[in-house]
Amino acid sequence: MSKMLKKSLLWPFAVVAAIGFLSMGCSSNGEFGSSSDAAEKVYVAPGEHDEFYGFFSGGYNGQLGVYGLPSGRHIFTIPVFSQAAVNGWGYNEETKPMFQTSDGFVPWGDAHHPELSQTNGETDGRWVFINENNTPRIARIGLDEFRTQEIIEIPNSAGNHASSFVTPNTEYVTAATRFSVPMDEDNLQNMDVSIDSYKDNFQGTISFIKVSDEGHMNIDFQIRMPGFNYDLSHSGKGPSDGWAFFTSYNSEEAHTMLEINASKNDKDYIAAINWEKAAEYAANGEGKMIPGEHYRNYIDHEEGGVAKSELIEEVRVLDPRELDGLVYFLPTPKSPHGVDVDPSGRYIAAGGKLSTVIPVHSFDKMMTAIENEDFEGEEQGIPVLNYESILHGEVENPGLGPLHTEFDDKGNAYTTAFISSEIVKWDVETLEVVDRIDVYYSPGHLMIPGGDSQNPDGKYLVALNKITKDRYLPTGPEMFHSAQLIDISGEKMQLLLDFPTEGEPHYAQGIAAEKVKENQKRFYEIEGNNHPHAAKSEKETRVERDGNEVHVYMTTIRSHFAPDNIEGIKVGDEVYFHVTNLEQDWDVPHGFAMKGANNAELLIMPGETMTLKWEPKKVGVFPFYCTDFCSALHQEMQGYVRVSSEDSDVEVSYSTGQS
Amino acid sequence: MKISKIVGLMTVTILLLIGCEGGSDTNTEATANKEVEQELTEFEMTNGIGPVNEEITIDEIDPELAKEGMQVFDMKCGACHKMDSRYVGPPLGGIMNTRTPAYVMNMILNPEEMLEKHPIAKSVGSEYPTRMTNQQLTREKARAVVEYLAQESQ
Ligand SMILES: [Cu+2]
Repeated sequence: MSKMLKKSLLWPFAVVAAIGFLSMGCSSNGEFGSSSDAAEKVYVAPGEHDEFYGFFSGGYNGQLGVYGLPSGRHIFTIPVFSQAAVNGWGYNEETKPMFQTSDGFVPWGDAHHPELSQTNGETDGRWVFINENNTPRIARIGLDEFRTQEIIEIPNSAGNHASSFVTPNTEYVTAATRFSVPMDEDNLQNMDVSIDSYKDNFQGTISFIKVSDEGHMNIDFQIRMPGFNYDLSHSGKGPSDGWAFFTSYNSEEAHTMLEINASKNDKDYIAAINWEKAAEYAANGEGKMIPGEHYRNYIDHEEGGVAKSELIEEVRVLDPRELDGLVYFLPTPKSPHGVDVDPSGRYIAAGGKLSTVIPVHSFDKMMTAIENEDFEGEEQGIPVLNYESILHGEVENPGLGPLHTEFDDKGNAYTTAFISSEIVKWDVETLEVVDRIDVYYSPGHLMIPGGDSQNPDGKYLVALNKITKDRYLPTGPEMFHSAQLIDISGEKMQLLLDFPTEGEPHYAQGIAAEKVKENQKRFYEIEGNNHPHAAKSEKETRVERDGNEVHVYMTTIRSHFAPDNIEGIKVGDEVYFHVTNLEQDWDVPHGFAMKGANNAELLIMPGETMTLKWEPKKVGVFPFYCTDFCSALHQEMQGYVRVSSEDSDVEVSYSTGQS
Repeated sequence: MKISKIVGLMTVTILLLIGCEGGSDTNTEATANKEVEQELTEFEMTNGIGPVNEEITIDEIDPELAKEGMQVFDMKCGACHKMDSRYVGPPLGGIMNTRTPAYVMNMILNPEEMLEKHPIAKSVGSEYPTRMTNQQLTREKARAVVEYLAQESQ
């Protein structure tokens, strides 16, 4: 393998020795980057902040990783679609409802594409959205607290891959089904039919989720689509604002061995959807309401940060066969994966993963073709435009397996080539390849901060590689995936840094730190704690029995719990520890772990209340303690619960500081 | 774009030096109390260091304000301070007989600096294993707490 050529150099100056060894890639045009130069470019001194926040989806870990760029420091992990024992996410009583779906409690999800909210086509630092593929859901994460604040389920969907992409003012978050499934003609209900009736029965849907100024999500409408596999998406911008583009593969409508059977056609389609028109149709009551049970779960900040679940029974569905001008198909070679709109909003690039060229469509030409009804036919009632009429051009020799494209602020596009393991830089106007750089190995998505917005920060590019072998010390067969930071400020791309990322990052988004930092919550004001079970002072601490339910209203502050001695609990009780952290200082959480609890710990932020449910099964005295080293006396931060037999007559009692 | 390595080295060294100076401040203080005490003004010796830099006088207790102060005290201070007995922190039942209102307000609003620099705060602090935390009271709330403590000290 020629890619194995690499060197390890030790930075000669002691000050930067902490950076350690740098692996230096050999670019395909034979030029070596200077490793010392690279070290300076990614060096962020102790105590200094990175210039960018990078949000990396965790893929199969269901979470969102936050990294500083250019240092590659792993700053934080935000639990989203998977329970996280680290802070009780999905285990404590406040967050369990976040995992509610029409299939019941679903504690794992496959997180794919983070997308920053935008205003006027620019990232605005309010939220990150991210989709789950497996149980179709979309989450909204608030960047004021770096927490998941809302999760909405998508009905009539199976594999929510082509999401969560936003329109330029975050009017909508879009979502499309990856797998088409059998749906009855009237109500799109999943049917018990033979799989080989695919062509007759299988359909897809594309959903538009309206986002309110407060971030509240609701599905405004769905569009029923032919039974293809919908893969990725991006919204138009500037002149193409009002449109959204979705790639599809399997226009063959195969249902087995798709590797062969869905790779037959020379071209599949990009679906161009006029969402502005669709929104008008929806507002005018067009289409029809059908049953479509789905949950919206949200953290209710007005009610003390306790999650609530709301069941929504219906959804509006628009049918492009009945509503004019809603959807057009753009023929696109071949099994396209990514679809990316350049910052000017004039060009739509596809990653034809089996194609030898990158097709780039022109939005202007598309509009002209629509006006002239320049169609080469129709596909299940949807007009198919003429490939030649809408094409801006094809990028020749773009590498093997082009998948995804992002853009800089100088008119260049950057495309990952999965099979040939490189990133190819090309000019959006002339379509000429102007540079290429090898990456290690097999890049899926790539990210430039703001690189899918109207105003990219064209300084850095991150390649999200799928295979890591031999980049880091071995850890058995499984390793973290590698991300590679590449300097794109000059004419030549220069590899600066490798860093491992958690899970399987699909996509990432980056934003200037200054757009986020100012709005950061440092603690929650105890006066504003509206939790129904808060004890806002040590005076309010108490233990109350209600049948076999026992509620413990407890407080924490460095370095004690109140109460810390509790008696009168019985085997078979349901004990709820409502723990309020009375601290009002940045980064002083307290933990709460109960021996034998069947869920997780609590990690309670300053000013917050969290609830742990415990069902004691044995008689005895059981300790609890603080899990987060909070002060010199952290180790002393502990307490005891006495558990008596079911028929005992020990009365509930509790105390703090009595000896 | 190329920054010379020497410039880089110098920048880092300068940063480190600045850092060291900041760090050594606290060290010298710990060993040379007197020097630091001399740095405190007479006002600060009596009224503490912090945002309250004028004398606060309480002639007659305002019961409304004291009541508000009690509520704030219960929420923000009561987990560590009792009136009549040593707890996480010292008892505060008679505190207004020994400290000025401004001193107590500064202790509430600026505990980090008080515990680091003020000889009385340092000496009391050393008797307790848990350092007083900043509970982010506003100046108005700290004032109300002082009214409450003054009432309790009568
Ligand atoms: Cu603790």
